[in-house]
Amino acid sequence: MNPMNYVYLSALLFSIGAAGVLLRRNAIVVFMCVELMLNATNLAFVAFARMQGNLDGQVIAFFVMVVAAAEVVIGLAIIVTIFRTRRSASVDSANLLKY
Amino acid sequence: MPTILAAETTQAADATGVFALSWLLIALPLLGAAVLLLGGRRTDKFGHLLGTAMPFAAFVIGVVQFVAMLGRDPENRTFSQHLYTWLPVGSFQVDAGLLVDQLSMCFVLLITGVGTLIHIYSIGYMEHDPDRRRFFGYLNLFIAAMLLLVLADSYLLLYVGWEGVGLASYLLIGFWSYVPEYAAAAKKAFVANRVGDFGLSIAIMIMFAQFGSVSFDGVFAGADGASEGALTAIGLMLLLAACGKSAQFPLQSWLGDAMAGPTPVSALIHAATMVTAGVYLIVRSAPVFNGAPDAQLVVVIVGAITLIFGAIVGTAKDDIKKALAASTMSQIGYMMLAAGLGPIGYAFAIFHLLTHGFFKAGMFLGAGSVMHGMNNQVEMRRFGGISSVMKITWITFGLGWLAIIGVPPFSGFWSKDKIIEAAFVGEGWRPWVFGGAALIGAGVTAFYMTRLFLMTFHGERRWTDDVHPHESPKIMTIPLMVLAIGSAALGLILGPTNALVHWLEPVTGAHGEEAPVLSVPVLTGLTLLLIAVGVAWAYSLYVRQPVPEVAPAGSVLTRAARRDLYQDAVNESLLMRPGQYLTRFLVWFDNRVVDGAVNGLAALLGGTSGRFRRLQTGFVRSYALSMFLGAALLVGAMLLVRL
Repeated sequence: MNPMNYVYLSALLFSIGAAGVLLRRNAIVVFMCVELMLNATNLAFVAFARMQGNLDGQVIAFFVMVVAAAEVVIGLAIIVTIFRTRRSASVDSANLLKY
Repeated sequence: MPTILAAETTQAADATGVFALSWLLIALPLLGAAVLLLGGRRTDKFGHLLGTAMPFAAFVIGVVQFVAMLGRDPENRTFSQHLYTWLPVGSFQVDAGLLVDQLSMCFVLLITGVGTLIHIYSIGYMEHDPDRRRFFGYLNLFIAAMLLLVLADSYLLLYVGWEGVGLASYLLIGFWSYVPEYAAAAKKAFVANRVGDFGLSIAIMIMFAQFGSVSFDGVFAGADGASEGALTAIGLMLLLAACGKSAQFPLQSWLGDAMAGPTPVSALIHAATMVTAGVYLIVRSAPVFNGAPDAQLVVVIVGAITLIFGAIVGTAKDDIKKALAASTMSQIGYMMLAAGLGPIGYAFAIFHLLTHGFFKAGMFLGAGSVMHGMNNQVEMRRFGGISSVMKITWITFGLGWLAIIGVPPFSGFWSKDKIIEAAFVGEGWRPWVFGGAALIGAGVTAFYMTRLFLMTFHGERRWTDDVHPHESPKIMTIPLMVLAIGSAALGLILGPTNALVHWLEPVTGAHGEEAPVLSVPVLTGLTLLLIAVGVAWAYSLYVRQPVPEVAPAGSVLTRAARRDLYQDAVNESLLMRPGQYLTRFLVWFDNRVVDGAVNGLAALLGGTSGRFRRLQTGFVRSYALSMFLGAALLVGAMLLVRL
């Protein structure tokens, strides 16, 4: 199978994730979309590794997974805390930090 | 041209014996001032006694030195005392040293002698003033500064004394500074003096630049070979200094207001000593002026203008102290005129200075005595007929009056007549103009002094109802008597014998005998005639006719003279108002332009950033959008570059 198809899929997934981050209000969904974008890039890395015939892309994919796992821990903790104080998980309602 | 025989360059001997005590002359009054001013109320009880003892002790030292000086040859009467090295700056060095010679000795005796008398008088005059101790402290400070001025052996040290007397004068004019007008008068005197002080400091700078020295020896040695332009510049700057301190035209306006001070101050500082410092400066700088005929001419012109100016102002003043102040101005004009004439006049300037010191101090103290008896009134239109109740004051004042108008054989005759004769020496237009001014001045002096004397002591009693004049206590009348004796006799002792001229010759230089353009007897006769006319005119106006208690409107000239010939108006319109406009403009410029630029820049930055701040909406998704857009732009740019 043509490995470029994986890159196309990755681009599609990344666009869906980006659109979700920009358009959805629920913090959990926005978060999931961010994960989707990360995994889209992972897919691209792995595809590129396959196409180049070396392991660099695969190694970076592992790094991304580690960072994403750490990010999930902190991100979810923040979202839960915001929900507890504001009784809402909407990203638009948490807008106190501004001019 | 007058034949000028160069003064014997006498080498100043190191001060030994009594002359080694010269520093005490200054230190004693300074100690008195320090004790009285720093000691505070603790010294209230004995302050006036200590304050009087200090100048008296200095006077005793002065007399002893004078006698010792008399015992030596005229060439060996100069003593210098090195005190310490003041400013060692590389090769340039200024020593603080004192110079005791014939000229400074005259001043030492005048300052300490008349000063002591005025201190004694002040004990009585200021008896009821709660701040009498402070008054004596200031007076001692003045005596110390004035002695430093005349004893200094360099222009720089002289400058210290010069400023010191200015400060003392300021403090004493404003002694009753709770009266706003008096405080303003003190400030006016100080500011006018500062203008002159600039002149002195610039003169010192030119000396330093030209001769590399500011000591009398160094400057006079350099003056021999200096260009006339440099000497003229120094001379004119020294003249400016003298004009400020001696209330000469055009800086004379402060002297009238300076009468706000207590009367002994007017007598000591603004008549006998400080205001004559300008004459001292010019006579002391004789080698500079001898080499600068143009500067000398300006000195003579200033003297002539001031002597006429002061005399005219004196004719119209109804305030006894202001009339005397105008007279002081006029008499110092005579001294300046004489000092500007060169070696022929220096000694006469000092001669008139000494006699004037006596008779004018005597008359000021006499005026103070009258005020003491008349509830501190100064309006001569409310005096009159005081001669019968204040006999001692009347007689002593009368002697001063005879002396100042120049009736022989009183001292003013000897000194003023000599100046008039000297003014008539020369060629061309000068003797006629300057001699004529001096001659007319003598007549006007006779008029206004007679007017003052008659309005105060004779005629009807025009007293206000609440005054009960009485003779002043002994402590005030005894100094009056001593000064009156001096006014009467000093000229007779020094004049016909030419003693003072010979005494000063080593300092001022000798000059050959010069005949005036009119013969001496004719001049003396003319002077006496003018004096007689002046006296008779005043008698007919102020004794034969009743003196109105309220000043009549008077002619244009009278009104102008009452207002000091509009000198204040001229100063205000030429100096004060442009100065005010300048400061107002500067304030406006500072507020609008300088502050405007700074504030405008800050407002611009603030406004711009205020608008940019709106970008921070607080919505996560809008930040995310800008991040995506940014990333898209970057990627787009990279693609573009690649293509």
